[in-house]
Amino acid sequence: MSTIPSSPDDAPVLEVSDLSVEYHGEYRTVRAVDRVSFQIGRGEIFGLAGESGCGKSTAANAIMRLLRPPAVITGGSIRFRGRDILTLDAEELRALRWREVAMVFQSAMNSLNPVMTVGDQIVDIFTTHEGLSKSKARARAAELLELVRIDPARLRSYPHQLSGGMRQRVVIAMAVALRPHLLIMDEPTTALDVVVQQEIMAQIAELQRELGFSVLFITHDMSLMIELSHRMAVMYAGRFVETADAKTMFADPRHPYTRALINAFPPLSGPVAPLVGLGEGVRFTDIPDLREEQPGHWVAPVPVGTVIDGGRS
Amino acid sequence: MSATDPAEVQLLVATDHREILSGPTAPAALDRPPRHPVRQGLGHSLVANRKALTGMIILALFVAVALLAPVLAPGNPSTITSLGAQPPSAEHLFGTTAKGQDVLALTMWGARSSLLVGFVVGIAATFIGLLVGLSSAYFGGRADNSLSLVTNVFLLIPGLPLLVILAAFLPTGMTTVILVLTFTGWAGSARVLRSQALSIRGKDFVAAAIVTGERAGWIMFREILPNMASIVMITLIGSVIFGIGAQAGLEFLGLGDVSVVSWGTNLYWASNDGALMSGTWWAFVPSGAAIALVAFALALINYGVDEVTNPRLRSTRRGRASRRAAPGSATHQEVNR
Amino acid sequence: MRFVVSRLGFYLVAFWVSVTLNFLLPRFMPGDPVSRMLSQSQGRMTPEQVDQMRVLFGLDERPIWQQYLSYWQSIFTGDMGVSISRFPTPVTEVIASQIGWTLLLGGTALIIAVVVGNSLGILAAWRRGGVLDSILPPVLVFIGSFPYFWLAMGALYLFGVTLGWFPLRHAYSAGMTPSWSPEFIADVAAHLVLPVTTIVLVSIGGWMLGMRNTMIATNSEDYIVMAEAKGLRPSRVMLRYGARNATLPATTSFGMAIGFVVGGALLTEVVFAYPGLGYQLLAAVSALDYPLMQGIFLTITAAVLAANFLVDVVYVRLDPRVRVS
Repeated sequence: MSTIPSSPDDAPVLEVSDLSVEYHGEYRTVRAVDRVSFQIGRGEIFGLAGESGCGKSTAANAIMRLLRPPAVITGGSIRFRGRDILTLDAEELRALRWREVAMVFQSAMNSLNPVMTVGDQIVDIFTTHEGLSKSKARARAAELLELVRIDPARLRSYPHQLSGGMRQRVVIAMAVALRPHLLIMDEPTTALDVVVQQEIMAQIAELQRELGFSVLFITHDMSLMIELSHRMAVMYAGRFVETADAKTMFADPRHPYTRALINAFPPLSGPVAPLVGLGEGVRFTDIPDLREEQPGHWVAPVPVGTVIDGGRS
Repeated sequence: MSATDPAEVQLLVATDHREILSGPTAPAALDRPPRHPVRQGLGHSLVANRKALTGMIILALFVAVALLAPVLAPGNPSTITSLGAQPPSAEHLFGTTAKGQDVLALTMWGARSSLLVGFVVGIAATFIGLLVGLSSAYFGGRADNSLSLVTNVFLLIPGLPLLVILAAFLPTGMTTVILVLTFTGWAGSARVLRSQALSIRGKDFVAAAIVTGERAGWIMFREILPNMASIVMITLIGSVIFGIGAQAGLEFLGLGDVSVVSWGTNLYWASNDGALMSGTWWAFVPSGAAIALVAFALALINYGVDEVTNPRLRSTRRGRASRRAAPGSATHQEVNR
Repeated sequence: MRFVVSRLGFYLVAFWVSVTLNFLLPRFMPGDPVSRMLSQSQGRMTPEQVDQMRVLFGLDERPIWQQYLSYWQSIFTGDMGVSISRFPTPVTEVIASQIGWTLLLGGTALIIAVVVGNSLGILAAWRRGGVLDSILPPVLVFIGSFPYFWLAMGALYLFGVTLGWFPLRHAYSAGMTPSWSPEFIADVAAHLVLPVTTIVLVSIGGWMLGMRNTMIATNSEDYIVMAEAKGLRPSRVMLRYGARNATLPATTSFGMAIGFVVGGALLTEVVFAYPGLGYQLLAAVSALDYPLMQGIFLTITAAVLAANFLVDVVYVRLDPRVRVS
């Protein structure tokens, strides 16, 4: 599945450069995303990995400008197919959302309005963005459900009447409703059990092959990410510590944090290897900018003197 | 009640979504200590809170006046000291009633009964509410069901008509007023306290205490109660506001002991003597303003408690989305009773 | 359906509690004021009326459970005795003649306060930290701190006595006959302005702040973020996704508020000498008219319970999650 897209090098769909996001608290300011840069090419699946709280969701929300106070974008630029998203006014932004970039949120239960039928929630997309009449929008909504193999009769159901997997598929169907160029998926399967997870991921991969959109795929599940994405980045404390081709990253992780993350998921078969994680109390502070160690493999240098692997500081 | 309980939702003013700031990876300012250590005692933080401090100063003034009334205005305030219906003058700063009593003296003496009844009712109603709420949450099951049923029934029966009926059947007097107000006022506290106690009941340390075989009373009062101090305080203040307002209402309707001097009876007499129609506004303005000021001061303290104990309500440092304190609905329902 | 049935059960319990309370009060209160009242007015009553009074107030020396059964029988047959102060009108008739005015006053005030208060709350939450959000809540809280009847007295003094803009008392001018003529309706409306405005003024703050806080909680839900991400128009996100969900708790408060309004109307009616159940209740209390007192209290309670049940039925329509389960 991880074939490099056939025509990789027209202009990238998304270019993020030096993006910084800060949360302004009462007593302190926290920089949740710190001078992060990356690009996603057309049809490419770009994975963003890291533990909870490392800033990956904040980065994703920043791309659609969905952040609310106290989170503020304090620097950098986000270009979507050449347009600077940060300079758009409210109306331009509204037109761009969902048509160009759509998003699948972590929990489908919470991202669907509990008091509207799923049909009405899909119809909303078509009536707003394409000016369709209600009945035409309804027909399109039915097609959309069929695309993710859900009985169109379900249009009249409320979210709580669907199973978790079905809800997530509805959300995915909504995300591809307008054939966006980029799909942001923020831990799309975390809330689901493993079997359903597999089905959903297969469905996403299939849709991606069919429709050819690019994906920003966020998860803390390294094995899933390596399986699915073309290129990936590892994020720690708001900084990127390593970006590379997904396979290279798996085969040859350079940054100690990446190594720890990959080791957190031991192989299912083969000899039992002792887990080597980060030692207790190991922190990386002042992570430097990435340096290209091999073509396409960028790593943040680890300052001399950082104690890793079981050391206690 | 119905699926969503407003009292539970409204205290919760959520702000930002997703991505929590804490955890090992929040990089900046991790080792910089917050300006206010979190555990510093409610009292201390309250004095530092501008709203709470203002409220406490106003309240203290009224309490001082109530205590010092015999010194500030010696003698029986109901004595007729001058001509009736005199406007404010140097001799009678607040004027005189239609009968010729000094309004200032009546207002100062009125503070005694009004504050006393208000606080007694507030404490009693909160105490009953606390007992009911705690045992409801702790024992759960059938006990919870029946206690919640009783609470909800009491919340539903219209309070003021019930007050009137009870006051009509009981002999008049301050004890009656206190009993009646406590009887009709506890249910609101019970509901709020139960939902709070219920969430603490679900915490691991309570489970641990049960496993180690602590007695029920110990767990309720030593494990659960200390963790809901702020909500108890908010409920208490809300109940005091209710007590003061409802007492005034009852007495205004002539259902209290009209021979006792209180803000409510002052208003009752003002209305009875036709202060409105004859234009002697000074006879009814001071007592009403006093009730309002005390209620407002208490409400201010309540917002202070809310802000100090619920950091989400505080405004952000840069004053970006300058968020106003969001008073809990519990307080509001009480005010509006 | 199960939800509705269980709610119905709850209201029946509540009704049972208030009837029982009503039954017990005259029987266990010290001083036995009822028999005094009865002996004073016995001469005017027919023997049947006297008997009914004995049944209602437990003066017939029968075992308590028999009294209780007869009491319930009286409730179901609607026989609540005769009013003492308006002898010989039956209690039910007195109530029937007054209840319309209470509904008019309380209903108008409630609807205005709910609509305006909730709209302000929605707007304040949407423009958080804006002008509306910063100025109105403290002002309304301050107004809410005043005893309601005192504000009413102030309004009456200022706009009625001093400025003479509005009538001072009653529901319509003396000398007019109730009819559906435009003049009469205008007259009734003029008499409504002050009482309604004062009720709205003190109750609107609670609605606004309640709605505002629920809206703020709702706004941080994922489905609101998703609706924004979908590029929907702000008004649609605010109303169909935000407010629509935030009205659910408000609906529950609405049920409670009915009780407050019916009860609170009592003070309004007293200050403005407005006819209605509250005014009548107080008149009954001062005239020691116990049958009328009890009748009015039961009527008010029953009305509040019925209204709450209706609210629950509406709630089921509004929240699909309750509807199905």
